[in-house]
Amino acid sequence: MASEPHDLVAAYAMDALDADEEREFERHLASCERCREELASLREAAAGLAYGAVGPTPPPELKQRILAEAKAERPNVIPFPQRRRWTAPIAAAAALAAAFALGVGVWATAHPKSSDPLAAVLAKPGAKVVALGGKGTMAWAPDGSAALALTVPRAPEGKTYEAWVIRNGKAAPAGLFSSSAVFRIDRPVPRGAVVGVTLERAGGVNAPTSAPFLATEAVS
Amino acid sequence: MTALVTVPPPPASRDLARMSDEALLSLVASSDEDALAALYDRFGRIAYGLALRILRDPALAQDAVQEAFLGVWRNADRFLAERAKASTWILTLVHRRAVDLVRREDIRRGEPLERAPEPADPRTAEDEASLGFQRRLVQEALSQLSPEQREALELGYYGGLTQSELAERLGQPLGTIKSRMFTGLSRLRDLLDEAGLEGSYP
Repeated sequence: MASEPHDLVAAYAMDALDADEEREFERHLASCERCREELASLREAAAGLAYGAVGPTPPPELKQRILAEAKAERPNVIPFPQRRRWTAPIAAAAALAAAFALGVGVWATAHPKSSDPLAAVLAKPGAKVVALGGKGTMAWAPDGSAALALTVPRAPEGKTYEAWVIRNGKAAPAGLFSSSAVFRIDRPVPRGAVVGVTLERAGGVNAPTSAPFLATEAVS
Repeated sequence: MTALVTVPPPPASRDLARMSDEALLSLVASSDEDALAALYDRFGRIAYGLALRILRDPALAQDAVQEAFLGVWRNADRFLAERAKASTWILTLVHRRAVDLVRREDIRRGEPLERAPEPADPRTAEDEASLGFQRRLVQEALSQLSPEQREALELGYYGGLTQSELAERLGQPLGTIKSRMFTGLSRLRDLLDEAGLEGSYP
């Protein structure tokens, strides 16, 4: 093809390329930051066109079919030993949170000069405890400060846990740890954000390579 | 510090309705079926309208929506790496599935320019007002493009035609079609930005 690969970005955003053109453009995309940025905004515009096609409501069975099929499939998440569904009973999460609060309280009382990260956040006005997938808890305050306490098995050789502050689909790295830990998240956790944890290669990465296996609710 | 001991552990409420699309998607990535259901409640109707517009067949449109939402279920973890709004990502999947199906079925897309059917069977007046508003907004933006640009976008996006099929159908050089698609979609992006179309639920 004689033309510039950039020329294909709009057609690609609209799924208007044939299979060969699509492969060609995807090769180009891998090395062209400008096209990736252009594509992101053009895709958004293309998706806007979907709202121009609003029609009748779909039959209610469609939702039931989708949910039944999804349930029947094995969840697509990274394998994790002793992984518990993060929708584990709220009671269990609450009990865990209480245990942490208690533990932190006792520990902080015994070490009055200590600067326990969880206690420091919980001391702030409006602070609250948020469950973290049955494996831990997060203390969060409306000023955006947050600390995590997790009980997890030691990360496998060559791997590390990495925490993320996820907002508007963007995940920002928020700390590395290799086993059960209590630590302050070193970036603000704004209202509406989710904090998640993934397993990554040692040294950490700039963007998560899998879904978080632990995640909080969006904080508010 | 003893006060800490009495900190009531607020059971994290699962108020999915108040969560952002992106937060729901990250829950879907951890295999949360309720979050998938909530996303479907937000986008199922728009998805179905789009698929129906492209496929013109309720059964095929349902297939496309089902495949797209199962794609959301299976690949939500990949979304985290994408620089997109959740709504964009989901609707892109729906469009892709519908276009794949229309090409596979070789449905002759004779008159893709016809308007979508009027919304029927409103769930609530509020839903209806919001969707109707968004629909008008997009149609208003489309009407501000040149007729050539609009034609290229409508035949391409709603008709599922490739740029080469478009060139052939309109009797124009491929370069002209590419340029119409690019300038048309860029202009639409600016118009929708100005109008503040929020690609989300009401």
